[in-house]
Amino acid sequence: MRRGASAALRLCAAVAAAALAGCATVPSQVDPLEPANRAMFEVHEVADKYVMKPVVEVYTTVVPKLVRTGVSNFFNNIDDLFSGINALLQGKPDKAGDDFGRVLLNTFVMGGIFDPASDLGIERGGEDFGQTFGVWGFPQGPYLFVPVIGPTTVRDGTGLLVRIYAGPVGFIGDVPTRNALYGIGAVDIRAQASDALSIADTAALDKYRFIRNAYLQRRQYLLHDGKVPPEKEEDE
Amino acid sequence: MMQSMRYLRQGAVALVALALCTAALAQGQEAPDAMVKRVSQDVIATIKADPLVQAGDQARIREVMETKLLPHFDFARMTALAMGRNWRAATPEQQKRLIDEFRTLLVRTYSGALNKYRDETIEYKPLRMNPGDTDVTVRTAVVKPGGTPVQIDYSMSQTPSGWKSYDVIVGGVSLVTNYRDEFNEQIRSGGVDGLLKTLADKNKGAPAK
Repeated sequence: MRRGASAALRLCAAVAAAALAGCATVPSQVDPLEPANRAMFEVHEVADKYVMKPVVEVYTTVVPKLVRTGVSNFFNNIDDLFSGINALLQGKPDKAGDDFGRVLLNTFVMGGIFDPASDLGIERGGEDFGQTFGVWGFPQGPYLFVPVIGPTTVRDGTGLLVRIYAGPVGFIGDVPTRNALYGIGAVDIRAQASDALSIADTAALDKYRFIRNAYLQRRQYLLHDGKVPPEKEEDE
Repeated sequence: MMQSMRYLRQGAVALVALALCTAALAQGQEAPDAMVKRVSQDVIATIKADPLVQAGDQARIREVMETKLLPHFDFARMTALAMGRNWRAATPEQQKRLIDEFRTLLVRTYSGALNKYRDETIEYKPLRMNPGDTDVTVRTAVVKPGGTPVQIDYSMSQTPSGWKSYDVIVGGVSLVTNYRDEFNEQIRSGGVDGLLKTLADKNKGAPAK
């Protein structure tokens, strides 16, 4: 009887040791799909180099800054509306008030092309469905890298799908107009990311990892509204 | 009994003296938020006024950074933090080279970013600091006309030669934390020497793999 128990114990220990050894070789728990993600990242890098980046360069050279800022403001204004909705869904009425106030002011005073609300010091909430799901307690899920869209997670990607489904652009019946708006939106996002991405090129030892770390840190920060609980102290 | 009382009293006197010295030292030193403001305004004024910097002259940009900016960063602490538990496994010689290479990498990165500066303004947030604190976070935001403000926080600690920054957190992304994972991975696959080689290659201009 005792022998049986000790054998079971030994078996448990062996299984635990194997599991631990397994953990040590698995690249990371946040990114179990790393091989597939890296393949997608390579696809993205090629597409970005030969399509997105040249388009953005033409856009920033040809289109005057005032117009580009107007384009950013137009899309930001729509995002602010959704930020307000998400702030409500997360139980943050103050933030929602700011966002809805911004949308009212920016839309009805300036048609969404200018941003007088920011000049008045009303800050953007920056809430989205991914953060709302996080506040509701849904787990982050595996990290994903999607070509053209970039870094995301299962939770954030689901949020993005909800956003695209709910967003006003999808309701536009005229397909060329709708596609043009999606296109301009994508170019606007990529243009705003240009400086950060050129820094990643110089700074990163492994660009895939650098972007993953930065993205996940950023999302934690946004999820906790800048008050990220302190991480476990690492040895110095 | 008397003996131990005397030791106790001497110990207390020594402690009070030490506290006074620290306070005096702290008063003699510039406050961390004032320092961040002075240094960043000085750097901005210099790069705005300097035609060589505006033209993207890397040597001149490097010079401005070396004289005005870099003395306020604690690269040794930064490197140790980014190395995490691996720091103590490195030999003193490796540690020294790591600090040098990491410093070069950061300088290369930020001198590339510095001449992108155009018409941004910096907001300085009120500092939350208790008397006697030797570790604080100075919060700022870079505001670009027509853009969303970017929060830039500096983790700072008090050193004998003034307050120095050992981490920069941009929009919630800590530089040290980002590199900790990268360093860990390099060390896992090639040891400390592997990391040193990657850093050196990178600094010689090789693109990220």
